Amino acid sequence: MRKIRTYQDVTHDTDSGLLEQVVDQQHRLADRLALVRSVVAVASGKGGVGKSAITANLAAALAGRGLAVGAVDADLNGPSLGRMLGVSGARLADRASGVEPAQGPSGVRVMSMELLQQEKDAPLRWREPEMGRFIWQSTLETGVLREFLGDVEWGELDVLLVDVPPGTDKIARLLELVPDLDQMLMVTTPSETSRFVVSKSVRMAREADVGTVALVANMVGHTCPECGHVSELFTGDGAKRLEEESGVPVWAEIPFDPRFGAATDSGTPLVITDPDAPSCRAILALADRVEGQVGIRARDTVETAGS
Amino acid sequence: MKFLCVECDKVMDFAERQVPGDGTLAAVFTCGSCDREVAMLTNPMETQLISSLGVKIGGREVPAQPMELARTSLEDGRDDAFVLSEDIPLASDDPGTRGEGASAGEATAIRIVWTSEATGRLERVPSFVRGMVKRIYTDWAREKGVSEITPESMDRARTELGLEGM
Repeated sequence: MRKIRTYQDVTHDTDSGLLEQVVDQQHRLADRLALVRSVVAVASGKGGVGKSAITANLAAALAGRGLAVGAVDADLNGPSLGRMLGVSGARLADRASGVEPAQGPSGVRVMSMELLQQEKDAPLRWREPEMGRFIWQSTLETGVLREFLGDVEWGELDVLLVDVPPGTDKIARLLELVPDLDQMLMVTTPSETSRFVVSKSVRMAREADVGTVALVANMVGHTCPECGHVSELFTGDGAKRLEEESGVPVWAEIPFDPRFGAATDSGTPLVITDPDAPSCRAILALADRVEGQVGIRARDTVETAGS
Repeated sequence: MKFLCVECDKVMDFAERQVPGDGTLAAVFTCGSCDREVAMLTNPMETQLISSLGVKIGGREVPAQPMELARTSLEDGRDDAFVLSEDIPLASDDPGTRGEGASAGEATAIRIVWTSEATGRLERVPSFVRGMVKRIYTDWAREKGVSEITPESMDRARTELGLEGM
């Protein structure tokens, strides 16, 4: 049998240009994020814990302090951040250098799949051959998330928040695109089930060497608006246990407040209209922690390089 | 992906790409030693695998447009999601305002003119991708030194750039 050189044997390229284009995509993303002081992911791994509402309120709280804030809705299949930050129906200005994000009443710059879809109740569908959709669906979604991060004219930002959908695979997808993520907030509830799921995400974030990982315990108790009595929504102390087991600190404990969700659903985060509400005071305390970490990873990198 | 001319033991070079518009793709590679050509033909699934990465075999004639993958891949794209460039003030770094070789800070008055027939044809393109398509034609015209875009020059650009359906 004749000997044919293997792919690795052949050093000369065929000029298909595929690798160069992928590298160009990575450079485009890196150049765009170079103008962002801190990329902060709001993740969990678990669904239904309030990530999007916390992202919207945190973004509004940070913007209210005069910080330049952007928010990416990485939940392509169930986008909600645009609605929560009051940009539903906004149009995106098309420039050669990138697409300008929508800007809501709180001043937060937003990019969400909701802004690109024609029908409000239409599920996310791609133009693709019907056979084998599962093969490239993840590739397409990763590509579009890359465009949300890299093809949007974010400008100079202090904080770019990324609302990450449920599933540790979605966290891995973001880390693939932004390997030097500055902060990751892991939203959990006091429930044991939540602790069980979120612990996997915490491990993934730590193994990926994310700059700062912190827990946000949501729906911690419910204060009766009539008598002030505090009752528990969940049995268990899953967030505290997770803190003890993982060493990842709890940065905020947010009590359940029906107005928190209702205000956010209307496009105006409650932290804007009622910052003294217990849930909003917790958000503002969380904003203190996040703001305190802005730029720290970049400074560490510069100091390490200079030493 | 590499193509090796077994007889010459030489890597073949990319020569041409054709997109017939039925989801398939043809890419031609040539051996620099014996001039033998081979065509790689992909079925719609294989073509999709490549396009899902947001890349083109043989490289790009025009730079990737912002959010190109989302615009070209989304099934139910919103018609009015993007504001056309003429609806917003032109920035000094907008290539549409610059002449050949001008730097970002050297905005000049040179602009590409679209005839009414060309504009009418552009309006038939779904608005979701219209801004991007217009940008592609404008970039092509600037590169070729074409100051007026007509339906004929649009046809020429389509042929040269392999833009089926645009």
